[in-house]
Amino acid sequence: MSANGQRTVTWLPEIRTGRFDGALSGDADPAEISGYPDHPPRMGFFTDTSVCIGCKACEVACKEWNHVPEDGLNLLGMSYDNTGGLGADTWRHVAFIEQRKPVAMQDAGVHHEGADVLGLIPEGSGTPPEAATMTPTTPGAANDLRWLMSSDVCKHCTNAACLDVCPTGSLFRTEFGTVVVQEDICNGCGYCIPACPYGVIDQRKGDGRAWKCTLCYDRLSDGMEPACAKACPTNSIQFGPLDELRERADRRVGELREAGVADARLYGRDPDDGVGGDGAFFLLLDEPEVYGLPPDPVVTTRDIPSMWRHVGAAAGVMAAGAAAAFAAAVWGGHR
Amino acid sequence: MSQSDVTKEGLRGERPDREAMTGVNVPRRWRGKRRAEQPMVPPAEFTSYYGKPIINQPVWESPDIPGYLFLGGLAGGCSLLAAGSDLTGRPTLGKTVKTSAVAAGALSVVALVHDLGRPGRFLNMMRVFKVTSPMSVGSWLLGGYVPAAGVAALTALTGRLPRLGAAATAGSALLGPAVASYTAALISNTAVPAWHDGYPEMPFVFTGSGMMAAGGLGMTTALLPGTGPDETTPARYLAVLGAAMEIAAFERMEHRIGMTAEPYSEGKGGKYVKAGKLLAAAGTAGTLLSAPGLAGRLLPGRVRRALAAASGATLVVASAATRWGIYHAGMASAGDPKYTVVPQRQRLNERARADGAAGGSGG
Repeated sequence: MSANGQRTVTWLPEIRTGRFDGALSGDADPAEISGYPDHPPRMGFFTDTSVCIGCKACEVACKEWNHVPEDGLNLLGMSYDNTGGLGADTWRHVAFIEQRKPVAMQDAGVHHEGADVLGLIPEGSGTPPEAATMTPTTPGAANDLRWLMSSDVCKHCTNAACLDVCPTGSLFRTEFGTVVVQEDICNGCGYCIPACPYGVIDQRKGDGRAWKCTLCYDRLSDGMEPACAKACPTNSIQFGPLDELRERADRRVGELREAGVADARLYGRDPDDGVGGDGAFFLLLDEPEVYGLPPDPVVTTRDIPSMWRHVGAAAGVMAAGAAAAFAAAVWGGHR
Repeated sequence: MSQSDVTKEGLRGERPDREAMTGVNVPRRWRGKRRAEQPMVPPAEFTSYYGKPIINQPVWESPDIPGYLFLGGLAGGCSLLAAGSDLTGRPTLGKTVKTSAVAAGALSVVALVHDLGRPGRFLNMMRVFKVTSPMSVGSWLLGGYVPAAGVAALTALTGRLPRLGAAATAGSALLGPAVASYTAALISNTAVPAWHDGYPEMPFVFTGSGMMAAGGLGMTTALLPGTGPDETTPARYLAVLGAAMEIAAFERMEHRIGMTAEPYSEGKGGKYVKAGKLLAAAGTAGTLLSAPGLAGRLLPGRVRRALAAASGATLVVASAATRWGIYHAGMASAGDPKYTVVPQRQRLNERARADGAAGGSGG
């Protein structure tokens, strides 16, 4: 395989054993395992849902930049979420959850007269969470209704099931450690779709191929940040080298907990979880399943050695059964 | 927006318009579409995001994929019967099962290609060989198996090139059990709870089912003129052995995996699975009844042969019903967040308890 992930032309198929080539778990370097000896740092997203305002700018920016087609303008009756979930034509999805749980203080008396608006311009499109006067999670007096908003995206797993099960090699690992579909290779077999433990990748209707977030591979290659992160007005979507993001996330969750937000937790940050850690991880304010995320996802191919052993045993039993059937017939005098 | 329709039965699709209530006063029927009985976020057993599934449902369609699972088992079993028939001198049975093997193998490839989003790109399956992808392994297997089974059938039917025929028969018999069983790894190697959790038993269900189908198909040879009662004896043995293995492995799987096995006994999948078990039992009973050594002795030859063939056909249908059941159960299991969330949550809770007992504290 050449460095850009395209197979060099030979008449022989390439024999790949996926993640069994290298490290199996722990804080593995997926790009290194995938054959990039010299590669940029692993890039990813840290989506801090505690500062998400549910504006859906990420959804729009993603659709525009990646030419993702319209997939129905529906009213779903699910709070302000009329997108539904991730799929072939939705690569960022903002979830809205209304809960009867104590909320942070909602203070009407926050004034911004003192803020130097023009002075904030160098900060770019997002106000750093620590600089914000108030965030939706500022602890305070109890109220019993709160809203959670969270922008979901492909997790770009360290051990990616979609990539492992793809029989064409259409899905591949980029030099940034992300997972991307090559649409000129995909034959629409659909195996990646039930393999994904998060329900991210899906088949595009009328097109037949599987599509998902590319972490804006084209933009990354030009040194730009992905469209969703660029468009996020609150820095809820943070893009960068995964190591830095993990440090930042650890700090942030510590600060939130110290401030009394006991529900704050990181999701997908742990390199020892069932998928070897996510390239795109989250700070959540409730259990993952509340946001439609699996609480303890496991890459299905973790069990593939055992699966093949059982298949081998069953095939052996089948052959032995047939041999026994003929032996019994002959032995029983039926020739 | 008032979009109600006036029909003979009265108003349809009414909306509350300006009588709409907010908050806790909302009547239950206005809350959510999926389960009118539950509030927005079901509190008791598990939580989900508006009841929406967590994993995406497979886009694999019926009859393509359940048919592909069934035909692979049938083909693999037939190739074993073919090799045995050659070794023990059963030409009629041999011709039937060799023809069936290549027909079933080729049809399973057709079903697989037909199910692709881009069928014209089927050959892209041959770009790589990945042991982590049973579909890749299977494509290569079928690529070797179908031509071998084809040569075996052609040489048997024409009587030409017997040596080549023997080699092809042996080759397809070697690949046959793999063709019958790899599809179990294929469906188990997904995040679909009913499929993944059952991965240790699934290959035995599949090979048992394949043995039952191939044996049943071999038994229908009894209808061909000039077939002696001994001709189909091994097919009968294989069918009964396969039926017992399929049912036993399935029962074991359902008992072991617990709540994720629910779709195998409920809904559409449950109906097919139940039908499969009943048909397998009925076919087995008919097979034993028509066996020449047993009660079959009391039946006139014509009736016995008809009963044997009917029992064989029943076992073929039973195998298909089981595959359809497994397919639909998987679809149902993927479509309900319960099967994803509850076992994972239990796993986390158990781990937390174990950590707590060990005196450690989670991060």
